[in-house]
Amino acid sequence: MPRSLSPGQSALLGLIGFAAFIGFWYGLTAAGIMTRQFLPPPWEVLERFVHLLNTRFAGATLLQHLAASFERFAYGFILAAVIGIPLGLLMGWYRLLDQIVTPIFDGLRFIAPIAWVPFAALWFGTGIGGPIMIIFAGAFPPCLINAYRGAKFVEPRLIEAAQMLGTPGRRVVSEVLLPASVPSIISGLRVSAGLGWQSLVGAELIVASAGVGYLMVQGQANMSTETVMSGMIAIGIVGLLLDMALRATERAILRRRGLET
Amino acid sequence: MGRISFDDVGRVFGPSNKGVVALQDINLGVEDREFVAIVGPSGCGKTTCLRLVAGFDFPSSGTVSVDGKTVRSPGPERAVVFQQFALFPWKTVYDNIEIGLRNQGVAREQRRERIGAILDLMGLQSYAESFPHQLSGGMQQRVAIARAYVLDPDVLLMDEPFGALDAQTRVVMQEELVRLARKNPRTVLFITHAVEEAVYLADRVAIMTRAPGRIKEIMDVASVRKAENWDSYERIEEVMDLESFVHMRTHIWRSLREEKAAQPAE
Ligand SMILES: Nc1ncnc2c1ncn2[C@@H]1O[C@H](COP(=O)(O)OP(=O)(O)OP(=O)(O)O)[C@@H](O)[C@H]1O
Ligand SMILES: [Mg+2]
Repeated sequence: MPRSLSPGQSALLGLIGFAAFIGFWYGLTAAGIMTRQFLPPPWEVLERFVHLLNTRFAGATLLQHLAASFERFAYGFILAAVIGIPLGLLMGWYRLLDQIVTPIFDGLRFIAPIAWVPFAALWFGTGIGGPIMIIFAGAFPPCLINAYRGAKFVEPRLIEAAQMLGTPGRRVVSEVLLPASVPSIISGLRVSAGLGWQSLVGAELIVASAGVGYLMVQGQANMSTETVMSGMIAIGIVGLLLDMALRATERAILRRRGLET
Repeated sequence: MGRISFDDVGRVFGPSNKGVVALQDINLGVEDREFVAIVGPSGCGKTTCLRLVAGFDFPSSGTVSVDGKTVRSPGPERAVVFQQFALFPWKTVYDNIEIGLRNQGVAREQRRERIGAILDLMGLQSYAESFPHQLSGGMQQRVAIARAYVLDPDVLLMDEPFGALDAQTRVVMQEELVRLARKNPRTVLFITHAVEEAVYLADRVAIMTRAPGRIKEIMDVASVRKAENWDSYERIEEVMDLESFVHMRTHIWRSLREEKAAQPAE
């Protein structure tokens, strides 16, 4: 076992990695290995990023593009959670449902979200439905799988205790399986948010009006590599914040139950 | 209310031709408000017996009935205290105790009253809002007992409830269980490894054979307890010093020892 690091130490190590990355990037551009066209130096990207924050490009500022993206993401993600979590829990409880759903689910979940783009375009055109569907395709499997696993691995004794206390079958799902699966569900949501947010750019390739993906496509069309990279940075930052928020929620719940690590 | 009866009960795990025979020819009646302890070598089928009464498992042959009705499912009239407590970690002590009452449709005010009373009785007043993980093992076991007792069950099923506790806490819990049982007598089926515990607590002690489990012998402790006036002693160690207690204990020990000796060397 490696000894554990203090928060200060791990922050420092993280910073070193980040600095090395920027340094390498700068080195590539300064040495002229990559032309400005292909890889602009870090500060130009930063400048562009700040500039885009409140200057319109492709019809909106970067923040507005982000807001549009986030809205789509939220719909897709929430839809995935609202369907995936209860379905997973019920599958963990009712064997019949499990046997009906599992084969079709296992068949579909290996299709990458991006592969749904043609369908999404066909069914929804450029409306909001298409991107939501693609984000849903990315975010749904972890929601369902983790709720299912959580329900399957609940201590049998807790289920027996609930039954002994007179809890009817369907309420065992909400009163035992759900709360007992919360840690598993939350880590599923973290993965799910990550995959959903990743699927976003693909989803927005088919949206004509706004969104970070759209901004990047337009940047590419204008040969503005800095714009494309600004979009990437924005996606990275929002993804990171999202994960931090979910991780904080996870920790708060575990702490409440005396399971903090 | 609360008469348990095992009639020619057998339980085989796995395919019936080559499965593990856990129980064979079990015949045992527990009277209303009687406290029966089951002792026996590890793996002889004690837990299986209890699970059959709880309705978590079902016999392969014979019947298990409570008050003449064959057991078909778990229910609050047969409350269980599990060895590992099995409290809901996401609920406070109060909420853990409340679930059963809520399921029975007891009104909020009455719930509060009954939970308050049982918390007092078990010395848990100041822990109502604690979560299980914040309590010691002994405290958690008290909550588990309170959760079962508050339902006012006909039958109380306890599977080595004090097995996870240290020796001192165990003694305290044993004395408390006796106090509780006197105040509010229930039919109790109690499983234990500890012979002293069985003799101290039970009216009758059933001794089981090693697997496949059968009932070897049933000792009547209640008549000795009455004749020798055990109940006049406050503390467990005083009772344990009595000649009649030692005699009873030694007899059971010897009986169990024979079972161990009969076991093939491992
Ligand atoms: N669900 C099960 N599936 C298969 N075999 C089982 C099952 N439950 C119990 N057994 C077997 O039945 C036998 C009796 O088990 P049981 O748990 O009732 O013993 P026990 O007397 O409670 O033992 P201990 O004192 O160690 O708790 C054992 O051989 C065990 O392996
Ligand atoms: Mg056992």
